[in-house]
Amino acid sequence: MLSTALSIAIGLFVLAWVLNLGRLIFGPSLPDRVLALDTMYINSIALIVLYGIQQSSKLYFEAAMLIALIGFVSTVAVAKYVTRGDIIE
Amino acid sequence: MNLAFVVMLPFLGACLPPLVERVSANRTLMAFAAALMPATALALLVSPAMQVFAGETLHSTLPWIPSLDLSLAFRLDGLALLFALLVLGIGLLVILYARYYLSAKEKAGRFYAYLLLFMGAMLGVVTSDNLLLLVVFWELTSLSSFLLIGFWGHQTGARKGARMAMTVTGMGGLALLAGVLLIGDVVGTFNLQTVLESGDVIRSNPWYPVILCLVLLGVFTKSAQFPFHFWLPHAMAAPTPVSAYLHSATMVKAGVFLLARLYPALAGTDLWFMLVSMAGMLTLLWAAFVALFQHDLKGLLAYSTISHLGLITLLFGLNREMAAVAAVFHIINHATFKASLFMAAGIIDHETGTRDMRRINGLWKYMPYTAVLAMVASAAMAGVPLLNGFLSKEMFFAETLGSHQLGALSWILPVGATLGGVFSVAYSARFIHDVFFNGEPVNLPKYPPHEPPRYMKVPVEILVALCVAVGVFPAITVAGLLAVAASATLGGTLPEYHLSIWHGFNLPLVMSFVATIGGVLAYTQRRRLFDVWARLPQLDAKLVFEGRVQQIGRWAAALTGRFQNGSLQSYVAWLVTLVAVIMLTQLAPLSGLDLSQYSLPMDGVAILCTAMLVAAALLTTVLHRHRMTSIMSLSVVGLMVSLLFVRFSAPDLALTQLSVEVVTMLLLMLAMYFLPVRTKVESSSIRVIRDILLAVICGAGVATLAFLVMTGETSTISQFFMDNSKPGGGGTNVVNVILVDFRGFDTFGEITVLGVAAMGIYALLKDLELRSAKYDSLGRPWARDAHPLILVTISRPLLPLALLIAVYIFLRGHNLPGGGFVAGLITSVALVLQYVASGVGWVHSRMPGDYHPVVALGVLLAGLTGVGSWAFGYPFLTSDFTYIYWPVVGKFELATAMLFDTGVFLTVVGATLLMLANLGKLSLLDDKREDA
Repeated sequence: MLSTALSIAIGLFVLAWVLNLGRLIFGPSLPDRVLALDTMYINSIALIVLYGIQQSSKLYFEAAMLIALIGFVSTVAVAKYVTRGDIIE
Repeated sequence: MNLAFVVMLPFLGACLPPLVERVSANRTLMAFAAALMPATALALLVSPAMQVFAGETLHSTLPWIPSLDLSLAFRLDGLALLFALLVLGIGLLVILYARYYLSAKEKAGRFYAYLLLFMGAMLGVVTSDNLLLLVVFWELTSLSSFLLIGFWGHQTGARKGARMAMTVTGMGGLALLAGVLLIGDVVGTFNLQTVLESGDVIRSNPWYPVILCLVLLGVFTKSAQFPFHFWLPHAMAAPTPVSAYLHSATMVKAGVFLLARLYPALAGTDLWFMLVSMAGMLTLLWAAFVALFQHDLKGLLAYSTISHLGLITLLFGLNREMAAVAAVFHIINHATFKASLFMAAGIIDHETGTRDMRRINGLWKYMPYTAVLAMVASAAMAGVPLLNGFLSKEMFFAETLGSHQLGALSWILPVGATLGGVFSVAYSARFIHDVFFNGEPVNLPKYPPHEPPRYMKVPVEILVALCVAVGVFPAITVAGLLAVAASATLGGTLPEYHLSIWHGFNLPLVMSFVATIGGVLAYTQRRRLFDVWARLPQLDAKLVFEGRVQQIGRWAAALTGRFQNGSLQSYVAWLVTLVAVIMLTQLAPLSGLDLSQYSLPMDGVAILCTAMLVAAALLTTVLHRHRMTSIMSLSVVGLMVSLLFVRFSAPDLALTQLSVEVVTMLLLMLAMYFLPVRTKVESSSIRVIRDILLAVICGAGVATLAFLVMTGETSTISQFFMDNSKPGGGGTNVVNVILVDFRGFDTFGEITVLGVAAMGIYALLKDLELRSAKYDSLGRPWARDAHPLILVTISRPLLPLALLIAVYIFLRGHNLPGGGFVAGLITSVALVLQYVASGVGWVHSRMPGDYHPVVALGVLLAGLTGVGSWAFGYPFLTSDFTYIYWPVVGKFELATAMLFDTGVFLTVVGATLLMLANLGKLSLLDDKREDA
């Protein structure tokens, strides 16, 4: 049961990934692309955790945690760039 | 008595005069400070000297770099003793002389320091018992002589002369090093004793001609032999004490010393005879001829020195034992009379203010005492009987007569020798007559000249007294020293000879007679000779040399410009081309790929992940002109790589890659602010096609290589690390144990590079001012809120959280994925987030904004951890670990590797923040600040 659910969830997140990449390629504006990248990071967290559950391993947890902790900093930097040009002022 | 200690004394002594100079400007005090160590060294040599006179050879060895066969080995035999006495004895006289020569304005302390540095180096050359060590000291003499020649650095002549001497003798030193390495290769050791005993092995080796030529290059450049003689006259820009010491008595004798030293190992072949004696003969004749036409007093002496060095070289080249004895004898004699002549020239220069012999005339009336001394020394130089120069010159004439190696042309040698004698008498006569007689002085800058201070004459008196003493009583003065020195030169044997002033009426005496008469005649006809000389085309060695040097510089610049044209794209193109060439030549001969061996499991997600990676990488390339979009897709590449690391069980790499991604992104965004949003089309289509081709070839090559490595059956060292990580390094995380323990030295190098790079970036960005845009790329004004409330509110609590995670990742690093590097990156990102959210002002009011101490501390900590293992008698960076039990945590491992990892952590944090914060601070200078 769990393995079926896991497979479906992974499939859906992978689909989301592909859509994210499409948004990143076709834009059209910079904020669209930033959001696509950010969502991709979030989806990656989910994928890593799901993969860990599937493999019954705790080894991958830190990678997911790290993305959750600092993955959004890139997005913040781009957002700051778009609104203010300068990210550290 | 340890010889190494004696050699070290002048080096130690070099520190004293500058120290004295700080306290007092008293030159006498400085001279005493300078003389202290050489005098001690001389005193310490007395008892070893007795042993040498008794026929012993003293050795003392301290290990230095045993793996290179380089040891601090010193020997004291007759030859070394003779030169040590010359170096120390004349050195002391020069110190006394320089006390009066240098004016009160000059930095006497520095001068003495250089002089002692040279003295130590020269002492090292003559006492080395290891050929490599000899080369080291040899180079030191070149370096210290550069400093001494250039002592009056405000004069262009001094600077150029110093540079020329350095270049010529330095190149010779390189050749000598190559020759010595070959000798070491042939003999199997650099130990001088063994080398001297292996003369037959060296001479019969096919490399012998190469060895000989290389060694002779070193000898000829140092001893100013034709065609490398030109640097010595230009080195006369040095203060006269330096000329007296280096350019007559010691340094230029290093070359002939080496001839004597390696005589048993290299001499005795026809090649040796041809090269050495012919170079010596040419030098002897040419320099003696040119010396006559020098109007500069020191110029005359310089060419005369070259000529006498040629004479010594010629004697060594004759391959006759008695000739080698004569050569050693002439080394002693030349050092005494030439040093005294230079000092006399210095006195004249000092008292008249010029060295031009067309102006200095008739000094006999003004300074009769100095005149007598100088005339005696000149007479010795000319080879007048009852003076030391006569004895060695007679021996020289006799030897040229005795040599029959040129067959029917053997008469060339004695004729050439006599001709050299003629010129030598002529220029000596000019030195005496032109300077001390020949009418009245003309337009002297200082008039009237008078005798120098009393003690300035003492060194000259001592040397001239030696000339006379040796000349009159050779058997009781110099015979003993000459015998030990000559027998050391010849490797223990000594031919039958006796030193006396009268050998009966024989051919050498006739040659002397002819030379004297001819020389005086030539001098009386000097006006005509000067006319002839004036019509000859003049070649200024300095101009030619400088021209050549500049030409080489231009060639180098042109060649460098070809490759280093400032275009980063072109550097990458060259690099990639080279990689492609190397790869193709190596891959082509290998057998085909066997893809069936490929065993990594693949599933749908991994394949999709890879596909997205490829797509994103392509997108980055295609859209590289739209900078923001390409940065986004580059970020996708990084994310996919990290995820693939997770998928294929490399959590350490995944963690590192993820944090590096974020830092890279921040760095790019910082730089983007100052760059245009789109780049212009610059490459032609041909270039694009070329680049695509290059990229495809290189990419395909790397892919093939990767497949080969993964499918090949080579045994790797991975298993060793796996097996030894826990028992040897105390950690179960192999990656981390490799980084901080097995390959800790590499990591240490890497963090040092990181620190250096950070400092470089800091230096580049310091005081850099960049204007920033007032509007964004679409012409809209920037948002008004610099620090949005939501961002500030979210980012602040994140800092302690991130630090906690960093500590966690750091501590578990030794056993589970993590470590100092990742922890450092997490900390940096968390701190940079504060910069972004709350601004530089907010952050710097709460913590110091200087990061270079952090970098330095990190490298230092890692280094000290490594050095710490020395204290326990282990090699650099040996790690140790133990387990302790904490009340709550339980069993906990403490490893020195953790200390090292802390160093890594600090360096990473410091370097990252140094780069990012300094890039961020750039825009603080601009005008947007006030409306923020």
